[in-house]
Amino acid sequence: MSTTLTSAKETTPTPPATARQGLGFRMRRLNIVGGLGGWMWLAIIIIPVYYIVITSLKTQSGYFGQNPLAPPSSPTLENYQLVLDSDFARYFLNSVIVTAGSVIPTVLVSFMAAFAIVRGKGRFLKLVNGVFLMGLAIPLQATIIPIYLMIIRFNLYDSLLALMLPSIAFAIPLTVLILSNFIRDVPNELFESMRLDGCSEWQTLWRLALPLTRPAIVTVAIYNGLQVWNGFLLPLVLTQSPGLRVLPLGLWTFQGEFSVNIPAVLASVVLSTLPILVLYVLGRRQLLSGLTAGFSK
Amino acid sequence: MSNAVSTAEKSSMAAAGGPVGTRGYKGGGLAWLTLPALVVFVVFAIVPLVGVIILSFTSWDGIGAIGSAGLSNWLSVFSDPGLYNSLGLTFLIMIASWLVQTPISLLLGVFTAGSQRYRAALAVLYFLPLLLSSAAVAIAYKALLDPNFGLATGLGLPLLAQDWLGVPQLAVGLVIFVIAWQFVPFHTLIYQGGVRQIPKSLYEAAQIDGAGTVKQFFSITLPQLKYTIITSSTLMVVGSLTYFDLIFVLTGGGPGNSTRILALDMYLRGFRANLMGPASVIAVVLVVIGLVLALFLQRLGGKDKQSSQLEGL
Repeated sequence: MSTTLTSAKETTPTPPATARQGLGFRMRRLNIVGGLGGWMWLAIIIIPVYYIVITSLKTQSGYFGQNPLAPPSSPTLENYQLVLDSDFARYFLNSVIVTAGSVIPTVLVSFMAAFAIVRGKGRFLKLVNGVFLMGLAIPLQATIIPIYLMIIRFNLYDSLLALMLPSIAFAIPLTVLILSNFIRDVPNELFESMRLDGCSEWQTLWRLALPLTRPAIVTVAIYNGLQVWNGFLLPLVLTQSPGLRVLPLGLWTFQGEFSVNIPAVLASVVLSTLPILVLYVLGRRQLLSGLTAGFSK
Repeated sequence: MSNAVSTAEKSSMAAAGGPVGTRGYKGGGLAWLTLPALVVFVVFAIVPLVGVIILSFTSWDGIGAIGSAGLSNWLSVFSDPGLYNSLGLTFLIMIASWLVQTPISLLLGVFTAGSQRYRAALAVLYFLPLLLSSAAVAIAYKALLDPNFGLATGLGLPLLAQDWLGVPQLAVGLVIFVIAWQFVPFHTLIYQGGVRQIPKSLYEAAQIDGAGTVKQFFSITLPQLKYTIITSSTLMVVGSLTYFDLIFVLTGGGPGNSTRILALDMYLRGFRANLMGPASVIAVVLVVIGLVLALFLQRLGGKDKQSSQLEGL
């Protein structure tokens, strides 16, 4: 019985079919290797995340008494209460103000500049474009000392505005680059027809270019927003008052004060990540495309 | 890039030869629109860039008056072995990070670009570290590494129960690992995008020729990803100069000076030791390294990006 079956198998298939079979087999084997690697990486990512979340729900005694990876025997939100009592709402609000106060002006001025660079002519605009392109290579960290000096001289030290101005400046080059690439993709006929309708360039800017580049604007806004939201160096150097701490800085000082209370420290980590997690759940695709803004092209 | 420039030229040429009345409409009348962006950028990016060069020739404690210092900062920094320690460490972490992150992100990028459902589900979880700030990642890892109440006990792996932050070699290894944990997802995302842009027809042709998956990976996927690899590597290498937040919170440069990379060296000299002059020297070194690396990697990319990418179609 078995012999007839195998011999039948050997004789019937035509050459291309065997080739496909062999390929299928090899693919499956690679998929197993790939799948294994995929699950391993998942473990590397998810175990720390799991540890952070469950530990943040443990009591102090649970933390010391239980296996670290066991779920909390008596889950508690006490740690979150402690974090919220430590002015995290204030830090959250500061982060929102600084992020919105940086991203909205950045996108607005960059959009206007990108429009002029694409639609206008002349040596001046070429020069401006060159300056922005060069700006892509300036690392923010390397300029922190003069920025500190200038912020002091402008009497802006220890204010939220001090965090916004350099954030805007360093976000402009990439934002202009991405937006101008998108404005270039707008068909020239559309600009022509706007002109025939008697619209000025200023009207064209807001009525035609802006709506057509909205996806790109969302993308750069998300990218810049995350950069500012997670920024640590500017707040560390340019602010001092506890009332002006943004989330990453608040997280760091909280960790310094409560270093013995690990569940509370991890609750602060979870709480500070929550807003971005909500964004991730609601608009994963846009958040991810915003993250690679201009890089994956 | 070259493509974009040529279309821009085309459109401006078309306008010049277009109907009467277009003149004076387009010209340089738009230049003022760039002014708000230009002013903010010049004041808060270009001026500080020039300023840091000037400050490197002065002495300032961060509070008092600024005095001239001539070349003394440069001489003292370059005769300080601390600089070479930081330089070497910066390059070590840069190279090690590249070697660790590139293969992992590339393979994960290919993996997550696949069409199977479970891969898409895994990808959602892979990207979780992207949501955390560097400060949050560093703080979480400090807790995770606790020898008694951290992962080592949880997983029952005594091997993990080391004094990670107390032994220089372990601290360097830890920094490289945590950087990979935080940034591999970002590069996976870039590679995933790159893989999805490879024309399907190339694989179909290879399948007809009887090429296996491994062969396809090396003869199609890898060459087609050339520019993605360069983009990702540029971001990785230039970005590695700015791992300040993570290392500052995780190790603070310690134990001793064993994780004191250049950016951290600059911060500690300037804002802890109140020596803004020498710190500015380090900042200038950082700018120069960043520029040289960016130019070098761009050169690797070549000029004819668009046309060469479509070769073989």
